[in-house]
Formats: sequence, C-alpha cells, structure tokens
Amino acid sequence: MSVNAISEYHAEPKDRVENFNGMQLLYVYWPKHLMFCAPFALLVAPDMTFGAFVDELLKPAVAGHPDSEKADFLNAQWLLNDEAFTPDPAATLIDNGIDHKSMLTVTTPGLEGIQGSAS
Amino acid sequence: MSQKVFIAFQDNDNARYLVDAVMQDNPEAEVQYQPAMIRIEAEKRLVINRETMEETLGREWDVQEMLIDVISIGGNVDEDDDHFILQWN
Amino acid sequence: MAIKNKKLNLKDKYQYLTRDMAWEPTYQKKEDIYPDERFEGIKITDWSQWEDPFRLTMDAYWKYQAEKEKKLYAIFDAFAQNNGHQNISDARYVNSLKLFLSGVSPLEYAAFQGYARVGRQFSGAGARVACQMQAIDELRHSQTQQHAMSHYNKHFNGLHDAAHQHDRIWFLSVPKSFFDDARSAGPFEFLTAISFSFEYVLTNLLFVPFMSGAAYNGDMATVTFGFSAQSDEARHMTLGLEVIKFILEQHEDNVPIIQRWIDKWFWRGFRLLSLVGMMMDYMLPNKVMSWAEAWEVYYEQNGGALFKDLERYGIRPPKYQDVANAAKNHVSHQAWSTFYQYSQATNFHTWMPEEEEMAWLSEKYPETFDKYYRARFEHWDKEHKEGRRFYNNTLPQLCQVCQIPVIFTEKDDPTVFSHRQIKHEGERYHFCSDGCCDIFKNEPEKYIQAWLPVHQIYQGNCGGADVATVVEKYYHINPGVDNMEYHGSPDHQRWLDIKGLKPLKSNSEKKSAA
Repeated sequence: MSVNAISEYHAEPKDRVENFNGMQLLYVYWPKHLMFCAPFALLVAPDMTFGAFVDELLKPAVAGHPDSEKADFLNAQWLLNDEAFTPDPAATLIDNGIDHKSMLTVTTPGLEGIQGSAS
Repeated sequence: MSQKVFIAFQDNDNARYLVDAVMQDNPEAEVQYQPAMIRIEAEKRLVINRETMEETLGREWDVQEMLIDVISIGGNVDEDDDHFILQWN
Repeated sequence: MAIKNKKLNLKDKYQYLTRDMAWEPTYQKKEDIYPDERFEGIKITDWSQWEDPFRLTMDAYWKYQAEKEKKLYAIFDAFAQNNGHQNISDARYVNSLKLFLSGVSPLEYAAFQGYARVGRQFSGAGARVACQMQAIDELRHSQTQQHAMSHYNKHFNGLHDAAHQHDRIWFLSVPKSFFDDARSAGPFEFLTAISFSFEYVLTNLLFVPFMSGAAYNGDMATVTFGFSAQSDEARHMTLGLEVIKFILEQHEDNVPIIQRWIDKWFWRGFRLLSLVGMMMDYMLPNKVMSWAEAWEVYYEQNGGALFKDLERYGIRPPKYQDVANAAKNHVSHQAWSTFYQYSQATNFHTWMPEEEEMAWLSEKYPETFDKYYRARFEHWDKEHKEGRRFYNNTLPQLCQVCQIPVIFTEKDDPTVFSHRQIKHEGERYHFCSDGCCDIFKNEPEKYIQAWLPVHQIYQGNCGGADVATVVEKYYHINPGVDNMEYHGSPDHQRWLDIKGLKPLKSNSEKKSAA
C-alpha cells in the first residue's frame, strides 16, 4: 500500500548509506544478554576487518557485562540478517557481506546472562 | 462478558453530593475511593438525575455543572436538561 | 416555573448556537471550501447526524472553563506560597515531572495545532465547533502544565528547556513522532488517532492513575492540573466515541478504513504509553497501583466494554491486542532498564529501586519480575555501590516506526527481543514488533523519512561526534547536573538539605546549592 495524500506523495529514505560520510550502520544483538536493553547500533567503516570490528567495537560495547570476559565471539554462532553466517575475521565487513544497516546476531552457548536470567 | 460503565470525580466537596445522588439512583453501582478521586462503576448503565441532585444539594443544579468535577467517563453519553446517562449497548 | 420556561432547553440552545450559526454556501462549491474532506476515502452522506452528547455551546464553555481556571490557579498560588515542593514524598518523584514537561506537555500543544487544523476541514458545523473547543482545551492544558511545573523549575534541575528538548532528545522523538504522524494524516485519520484511539482508549492510563499517584506523593499542583485537564478529557472522550460511531454509521465502506486506523493507532499509543508504565512503577515513590493493574482496569476492562459495543458496526478489537495485554507485565521494567542505562543522555535522573520497592515489584509482577528483571537490577545496584554505576556506552537500535529502541520481547518468550526486519526498495528497515512493521508496510513512504535520533547523531547532524557533546550542546542538558544517577546528584543533595530543614537564602542559591 502507499500513502493516501492530497497530492502526489514522494519521499526519500533519510538513512541512505551516502548520508553517513563513508561509514555505514551495523546493528549487533547478543541474545540472552538483555542487560543491554536493545541491539547496539554501531557506526563502522565498511573496509574494517571483521576481526577488528570484534576487538575494537564489539568487545568495548559489551565490556560492562560479567559474561563478556568469557565470551569467545570469533568462535560463536553468528547470524547475518537472520541467516546462518560464518564470518572471516581477516576479511572486511563489506567482503563478509555485511552491508549498510545489516543486523548481526551472535550467540555464545553456555553464557545465559546474569544468574541465568537472560539479562 | 461484563461491560462496565464508569465515571470518575475529583474527591472534593461537590463530588460528595454527586456520589450521594448517584448511589440513590444506582444502588447496584460500586464506589471506589482512590487518592484524590472517586470512581463509580456499574454494569452497563449509570444515571445521574438532576432532580435527585437538586434534592441532595438543596439548590437548583444544572447537569452541565458536573463538567467541573468529572475526571473521566466510560460509556456512551446521553445528556439532556434532566439527566446524564452512561451506557453500553 | 414561568421564568424557567423562558430558558431554552439544552437541545434547542445547542441547535441555535451551533448548527444554526452555520450556513449553506451559495457562490462557492462546498468541495472547494472543504477540499481535504474526501481524499482519505471516508464517505459522509449526512453531517446533520453528528451528535454532540454534551451539547456544549460557547457561552457555557467559557463559563465552566473560567471556573476551572480560577480554582486551578488558586491552588497553584497556594502550592507555591507554601513551598509545596518540600512536602512531596521524595525528590525522585520530580523526575517524572521532567519527563512529563518535555514529553507530554508539548503533545498538548501539538494537539491544539491538530484540532485547530482539522476544525477547519470538516463541512459539518457540529464537528467544527467540537474541534474548536478541543483546540482551546489543548492549548490550556499545555499552558497550565507549564505553569504548574514552573514552580519546580525554581527548585530542581532539568526543567529549564523542555520545548527545545522535545524537538531533539533521542527518546522525545517517540512522543513527537507519534503526534507528527497523526497531524500529517488527513482529518478523519487524525480524529481516529487522537480523539478515539488516544483520548478514548488510552489517555485514562496517563491521566487517571498517574495523577492519582501525584496526589499520593504530595504533589498538589500536578494532581490539580491533571484532573482539571482531565475534566476536559471527559468531553474529548465523548467526542472520540461519537466520531467513530458517526463515521461508521455513515457508510459501510468506512468500516475497513476505520479498522485499519484503529489497529495502527492502538499500537502506536500502546508503545507510547511504555513511558507512562515506567513512570508509575518506578518514578512514583508512593505507589497507587501497578502499571499492569492500571492496564487491566483501563484497557482490558474498559476497552473490552468499548469494543464489545462497537461490534455491531463490524469493528473488532485492535490487532495485536493480545501482545499488548501480555506485555503489561514487562514494559515498565524494560523501559526503566533502558532509561537507567542511557541516563547520561536524559533530562532527568534514574536510580535502582530500593529494597522495599523491589519487593513491591515482585508482589505486583509475580510471574515476571523475579524471573526476568530482579537479577539485572540487583547486579546494577551492586555495581553502583562498588563505584561502577552502569551506563551503556553505545547507542541503541531504534524502531523505524515508534522510534523506541528495540527493547521489547516476544510475547511467548520474554528472553528474546521481538526484532523484525524487512527490505524496502533496496534499503533495510528494523522494527520492535509485528505491530510497528505492519504500520510501515501500509505506508512505507511515510516512515522511510523518519528522523531517527541515533542515525542523525551518526550522520553528524546533532552538533557533535560524541554523545557528551550532543547531550550538552544540542540537547541543552547540563552534564552531571540534570542527567545520570539520582543518588549524589545536586537534586538529591538539595532534597537532603530541605529535609534537614536548612532554609536556603536566595533563589539563585536554590539552584546553585550543592
């Protein structure tokens, strides 16, 4: 469906990748760790390697959680936009198929949040 | 399923008379006292009669005066010079 | 009795002073005078069927409103003269007013603008008069709320720039975009959104139990403006119900359009009210009722009766009502968790509930609080006491429609976010729920333009590259004064001084103390 309007209705998406000055958005969700109230929204360079993303962005983002020290993200289970995904740590994000506004979900088996409450 | 109409008044001096009048005309209604407010609910129908209010107050009373003290209502409204009715069909 | 007969009865008076004041145009076509009345597809065959059950005319309106205002301002004066702010239950309570002033009062103003606009767009005189009165009411609410809270602004931080903040602060885009969505719709959708879905179905949850809570926390000024505003709401609610019945009775083609709007605006309103749930469960030190209890009375019971009444028109309860009903046991905890961890970017303080408050939450939420939220809160409390007060140092993913971070969980599994994602014309979009995702799919062009605060910060449109700069320069929040943890804040210190009955010397000292 489309907007019912008094005249022709045309709109541009506000969050096209061109508007991010060479960067792109990446969302990351760590299930069973809902102490972080929502998936993270991160600003990333598309040519950053996946390994660098984990070390430089993801690890600092989750550092406040007691499970973070035990989390082995490079050997965890990943989903990219809800589909199974095996990241290549040496390749860039974009070469890993991670495009603008993609969502990564990383599950760390055995880690169930604070006192197992999924928090 | 139960279908309750309700009306809530500010808990002030005017409301005391309103509650008295409402309870006279709707003996099956339930009055709930909460901080600063009084909530009255009844199954399907609740009526406020001008005549009862005037007797309770001892003076003439315009049904629209109620607008000053009411906080909220639930139900279809039917108002004229003599009564204010809330009901579900 | 002869004298009494000279007085017009209510019905005649309403007819003379409302409908009979209108006229049929002769040298212009009606369609040209009211050009926005048809494009939404709503068919009105006979405007004279419009009912105003209160039959309020302008003369009576001014008379009763003047009386309300006199009572209200007498109480504001008494409150200020008696230093009423010193008699509230606890200064933590004031933080709910900061949220109210920046999140709700600007909506009253937006409602004023909305009703002033749509009041011009209906060709029926009854509808125009009702919208005119409501526009004036809404303006009055915005003003009286600001006047009531100006007293608090003399004594507490964070109330200094609400209008500026409403247009900028990340979470205030939630209420702002809600009303912008309604105001940019056609006149009939606006009425369905605001008069019916919001005013009739949902605002009781904001104005009745929360205001009763204000009274219970010693805030005479707020309960009075709240109930004074709500006395107008009784009229607005009646209008909201009449509007829906009128449109549905006019033509059967209107039914599916109205149903879609009810589905949309119930969901949007429900999401918006997450903020109120948190205010009730976490920001009122003395509790009246839990959010779940309020939801049961004011939505499940009253809304249930309402939608049963509307069945005869072919209207069913809103889609995803079941999801909303199940969420009553979660949303307040999820919202408070969010504000707690992002309190570096809020215009109010947050805190962890005290032990007896946790016990109250366990009692009111026996199925959910201990199982899903207590461990998180106790962990944060412990961290804070050990000098590591938790703040989330990244930004959250926002829902493209309601603009709330994607914080809500699945109806059947509260340990999983109810995140949804779709691709539209090559762009990815993310949502907090099926409800918001459906709204997007119905009108994608409207929501692809959403001004999402997180994305705007990352695009460099909010005055700085880091959160601290955005908060201070763009939001006008004084870091460490207006925001972050309540305990140890200047507000907290000031409250301890007040309770120690140490008189403060001057107005300027009031705010610079501590």
